[in-house]
Amino acid sequence: MSELFTLIVELEDKPGQLLRVLEPIARNGGNIVGIFHQRGKKTPLNRIPVEISFTADSRRAEKIVEELQKEFLIRQFGKLRTAVISLLLIGHVIHTDLSDTIKRVDNSEAECVELIVTMPERDEPSTAMITITAKSREALERALERLKGICKEKGILVLEPINDEI
Amino acid sequence: MKIAIVGFGTVGQGVAELLVAKKSEIEKKIGDFRVVAIADLTGSIWGEFKLEDAIRLRKEKGRLPGDRSAMEIAEEEDYDVMIEVTTTRLEESGIAYMRTALKRGASVITSNKSIAYDFQGLMKLAESKNAKLMYEATVGGVMPIIRLLNSYLAPCEILGVRGILNGTCNYILTRMEEEKLPYNQILSEAKEMGIAEANPKADVEGIDAGIKLVILANTIGIPAKFEDIEITGITNITPQAFAVAMQKGYTIRLIAEASRKNLRVSPRLVPLNSPLAIKGTMNAAMIKTDTAGDIFVAGRGAGKFETATAIISDLYELVRTR
Repeated sequence: MSELFTLIVELEDKPGQLLRVLEPIARNGGNIVGIFHQRGKKTPLNRIPVEISFTADSRRAEKIVEELQKEFLIRQFGKLRTAVISLLLIGHVIHTDLSDTIKRVDNSEAECVELIVTMPERDEPSTAMITITAKSREALERALERLKGICKEKGILVLEPINDEI
Repeated sequence: MKIAIVGFGTVGQGVAELLVAKKSEIEKKIGDFRVVAIADLTGSIWGEFKLEDAIRLRKEKGRLPGDRSAMEIAEEEDYDVMIEVTTTRLEESGIAYMRTALKRGASVITSNKSIAYDFQGLMKLAESKNAKLMYEATVGGVMPIIRLLNSYLAPCEILGVRGILNGTCNYILTRMEEEKLPYNQILSEAKEMGIAEANPKADVEGIDAGIKLVILANTIGIPAKFEDIEITGITNITPQAFAVAMQKGYTIRLIAEASRKNLRVSPRLVPLNSPLAIKGTMNAAMIKTDTAGDIFVAGRGAGKFETATAIISDLYELVRTR
């Protein structure tokens, strides 16, 4: 299962640097979920700290960091104690009260953090990609089971990803 | 070796044609052999006959000349191996011929997925008669998965298997991924191309993949029955679903999954860079083991000579391990 990692890398203030950092992450199967560019925080050597969050399994994450370290100064790297899963929902996602669905999945240990929805023509089923994060794998499993239960009740098809775990 | 062929449709004829075309190579591997009887629903042939003639008669006249039934042939003829390649119906049908052969101590090589309905029973029967039941062709056509699990990976614990076991569904999903066409349009196209059957229910609703998953599960030591498999087909998948999935780096495939935790056939999000994001009518499987990591296989899941090749391969294996 993918986990969320974050790293802070110091980049020289010249064009193309960010791309060079992102490429090894993408090439090794990391999924970049956030980039925070701190231009106002230049280091004495005139470098810019950039915070990058990505999801990957831990083996790939290690490989990514190993590759990046050859070329860049990595100031900080760590696993956010968070498990992430993206699921695809097909059906009358909106007309069965999407906000109710999300409210019932969210609790103190898990929450829906991203939603991509396509609005189809009237009466056609719609599609939503929902991303849930949780404090632990177990919490994520529980959130997934909740979501599956709700979708069954509402007649929505849930497509789960194939993960490392079977 | 005396061989009886039960079922003389596409696959049966494919087997016979390979036995004729590659006779000398095959005899080098398994010794002298002779097909002593052939039977299907149209008729039968036995005794002294040339295999070439049987193939020609079946093609030209649409039937075999004799009137003894397949069951009579199975019960009465003297053979060492039965090649059982009747059509899989969603019931027990072909199993009766297999049981008859096994009870008489003859080994059986089959492409018939019906073995899923009594896998354990058939295996026990074979063992008690010191015969073998070989079934590589039942799952994934010529994709070498059964022997991979039973033989090569025998030292491993198999933690789970995920497979694309239905070429029709994979074709439809691939087309939807590439062309963003609606399900029904692609289904009619697949029918026209002969990739989908006139009644595609068993394929698109995941039943065919479910039956194959029962065979796979039993092969890795999970005594599953068809009722144990949670099945969702592909009929509700939309082109929009692909568009959204792709924004996150996924495509959609019908995945059959067997592990201690899950027995299910369902459309799943598959990372675009996963080998399981395979295209077209191909079948594929990812096997997760304790000591050998992940193993991936792919191959043609159907086809006359593909399936016949798997049958002949089982014949070699039968002789090799005798």
